[in-house]
Amino acid sequence: MTGKTTIGAHNAKVMNRFDLTKRLVGQLKREEAVIGGIGNANFDLWASGQRPQNFYMLGSMGLTIPIALGVAIAQPQRHVIALEGDGSLLMQLGCLATVAERAPKNLTIVVWDNGVYQITGSQPTASAASADLVAIARGAGISQSAWAADESEFDQLVASALKGGGPTLIAARIDAKPAVGATDRDPVQIRERFMRGLGVKRGTG
Amino acid sequence: MTDKTTRATAWHEIIRASLKANDVKLIVYVPDRVFTPLIEALHADTYFTTFAATREEEALGIITGAWMGGMRGAVLMQTSGFGTIPNALASLVVPSQIPALIFVSERGTLGEFNLGQALVYKTMRPVLNSLAVENVTITRHDELAFTIDRSIKQAVATQAPVTFILSPLLTGGKVFEG
Repeated sequence: MTGKTTIGAHNAKVMNRFDLTKRLVGQLKREEAVIGGIGNANFDLWASGQRPQNFYMLGSMGLTIPIALGVAIAQPQRHVIALEGDGSLLMQLGCLATVAERAPKNLTIVVWDNGVYQITGSQPTASAASADLVAIARGAGISQSAWAADESEFDQLVASALKGGGPTLIAARIDAKPAVGATDRDPVQIRERFMRGLGVKRGTG
Repeated sequence: MTDKTTRATAWHEIIRASLKANDVKLIVYVPDRVFTPLIEALHADTYFTTFAATREEEALGIITGAWMGGMRGAVLMQTSGFGTIPNALASLVVPSQIPALIFVSERGTLGEFNLGQALVYKTMRPVLNSLAVENVTITRHDELAFTIDRSIKQAVATQAPVTFILSPLLTGGKVFEG
């Protein structure tokens, strides 16, 4: 018995991040904002199509969810989605408690759990052996946290989350296939494009 | 030495007013004893959305997102907390040109009793200067309003972060009670 058996990760199918990213993006019809976590979460988001409402992190590992929370607070009418890896989330677990305390209805967190720090050489993360990220999220106060059993359930969980009764966390077990693309690496251009995509003018007045 | 109890307008009230006058609505903090009256004043004013983050870099991430979404934000922390944010500054705030407003309660000097605070204090300005992050140390009550107001305007206009280091000369600091 492992620590995951009570929540359902043991039953969850191992899926593919790029495939799930495409499925997620395919459901976005209302200019929802998407924050891509550093590394492969980012790269597959980029490869799924460069929407103006996508923000790609180039550093600051662990801050995907805090950035998404900030966007969600600033624009409560827009749905915001954070795409985060297991290693990055483990670096900044406290942010789950902050999200639960703020309880933004327009925030969805998607966690890609492949059990490894893939981009640095696939060293194992704690989620491979013992940590259950959905149980942690529930314990932090995000009651609507669930493992996606398969692609179909992932689609359903995303559709439900986009209705706006969040915060919601969706975790998916994924394989170790590399990302399909790689982002540009110009932080100012990325930030400017994202702000325009959100309808925000530069704050110079 | 300022007498912060008898002034007509306390330092924390001046900061609250300056933030408001500059449309800074989001305040994310990691608690600090010296900043307590400021934090309480911000919580009490419904103009602001004020809450605690679990770490200082998390707070920076939140106000970065808020800025990109069109809302100005500030973070509050103590000197030891500053020691946790250089990576968030160097890999997010500075290269993305985010006008983060960073308020630091200065510990480690002018009567510090905790060696840990005294040592991290020595790293703060060198880190800020090496990243070319504007930082102003405020010691005088009569310069506070002007400094905060103009520095916020500069941060927004130039899309660059600014750090306000609030000296014990302004706030009274925290004194050894043992």
